[in-house]
Amino acid sequence: MTSKSVPSPTWADRALAEIHRTDWGRLLSLLVARTRRLDLAEDALGEAFVRAGERWPTAGVPTNPAGWLYTTASRVVIGHLRSEAIHGRKAPLLAARGDWVQPPVTDDIGELEDERLALILLCCHPALHLSSRSALALRLVIGTTTGDIARLFVVPKSTMAARITRAKKKIVAAGVPLAAPIDHELRTRLDDVCRTIYLAFTAGYAPAGGPDLLRTDLAGEAVELAAILRRLVADASQVRALHGLLLLQHARRDARVRDGRLVTLARQDRSRWHHDEIRSGTELISRVPVGTGYTEELRLQGLIAAEHANAPAASDTRWSTIASLYTRLESLTGSPVVRLNRAVAVGEAQGPEMGLDLIDGLDDALARNHRLHAVRADLARRAGNVALARSSYQAAIGLCANETEKRYLARRLSTLDPPDP
Amino acid sequence: MKYACLIYSDETDPSANPDPASPEFAPIMAGYMAFGEEAGAAGVLVTGEPLEPTSTATSLQVRDGEVITTDGPFAETKEHLGGFYILDCDSLDEAMKWAAKIPHASSGTIEIRPVPDFSAP
Repeated sequence: MTSKSVPSPTWADRALAEIHRTDWGRLLSLLVARTRRLDLAEDALGEAFVRAGERWPTAGVPTNPAGWLYTTASRVVIGHLRSEAIHGRKAPLLAARGDWVQPPVTDDIGELEDERLALILLCCHPALHLSSRSALALRLVIGTTTGDIARLFVVPKSTMAARITRAKKKIVAAGVPLAAPIDHELRTRLDDVCRTIYLAFTAGYAPAGGPDLLRTDLAGEAVELAAILRRLVADASQVRALHGLLLLQHARRDARVRDGRLVTLARQDRSRWHHDEIRSGTELISRVPVGTGYTEELRLQGLIAAEHANAPAASDTRWSTIASLYTRLESLTGSPVVRLNRAVAVGEAQGPEMGLDLIDGLDDALARNHRLHAVRADLARRAGNVALARSSYQAAIGLCANETEKRYLARRLSTLDPPDP
Repeated sequence: MKYACLIYSDETDPSANPDPASPEFAPIMAGYMAFGEEAGAAGVLVTGEPLEPTSTATSLQVRDGEVITTDGPFAETKEHLGGFYILDCDSLDEAMKWAAKIPHASSGTIEIRPVPDFSAP
């Protein structure tokens, strides 16, 4: 291979980091597709990146860095296969749909087919545990480190490493196929994939203690996964809706935390929102046709997010539009959480009494949910029912597990009018 | 590769496992006959057997060279192994498609387990 660059450690490191970011999933899916050995392919690609890190700073970055990495990783896999053959071990083929194909030694991976859709579907296979799917997808398709994935889901690194290893072993031993399913199954499988990506995204926005209050950088990896998926299956409505929804929600990342505290939507500094992403997200959502099932769920959520994101100020929010979108979402899902959100919107659009009426009857379904009480408290406060507001804030504080949110609720409680003597 | 499809169901539930003398038994049997024919014709079926109920089971252990036997199944659970198939499929996806056609899939649970191949390469 030729090297045209002037040796420069920082440039080589930067080039390598950039390729890791852009090409990891593409290279890995090709290696898995060609070798059918998920267990060997990932380690081999990691090894190729290590070798590049040693070699490129002095020898220069090759003219086709991705091709160099692919060829190097292929050779590592071949080495392992030879040693397995010598030791007489039978290779556990990943989905035995044919004999192993000798990887072509090539400089140009651009000429090879893109196998990332099959890899994403493999990671999100229904035979894998839900908690493993998104971790595996981030690890294999994006190349997110196990440590970062553990940070995203707020679990110890050893737990996450064991979870990923177990899932990979199952894929190989149980013969989970690396193949895109046929049309009518693809739709169902894509719903699963979208749920998986959304789960990873929301994990990044689930408040945790300490300096890691939100993990928006890692939620961004989930957005990237959605972007990749959309490029691969551009005509899939649920994928377009998911990407639009995530762009709209993620666009507010820099305004969500101030001085280590969560900032509610109404109080966020809207100049800190990423308005280019809001435009892209709104555009994507607007091009999703009215649909059914999970696609429609994502579309309605996206339309609601677009309403919030496109309001110049909190007071400009079109609450009646949002309330009617929630009505449709509730009839689609029957979810008590959606009804609670609808009550908030109705409370804003038609007055707090109307909102309070809507959350009557949710106590059984959301018995352990502190938000029900927090919403009721805010509505009662605005309706002038101090007693109900006080008891509801107290109930919410008793159920809330997050310290930051607890402090916020306690502040709200302390600013209520004092009780009559 | 080969997959064992282990058929678990609640023996005490008459809708899932009716008495062989009752009229409800015939359609379930017919379902198994149809499954066997379809899987056989597709070249997927390796073998398959039903099992007598757990009331006929004997559990055995050897400890310190001594044989210990107990009347009844190994584990007291609601659903018991009632039969199995060995299917030869290209992938887990194909095995899942066949497992969904086993009559007890709609009342019990089919556990799909890959059978490792230890034959020489």
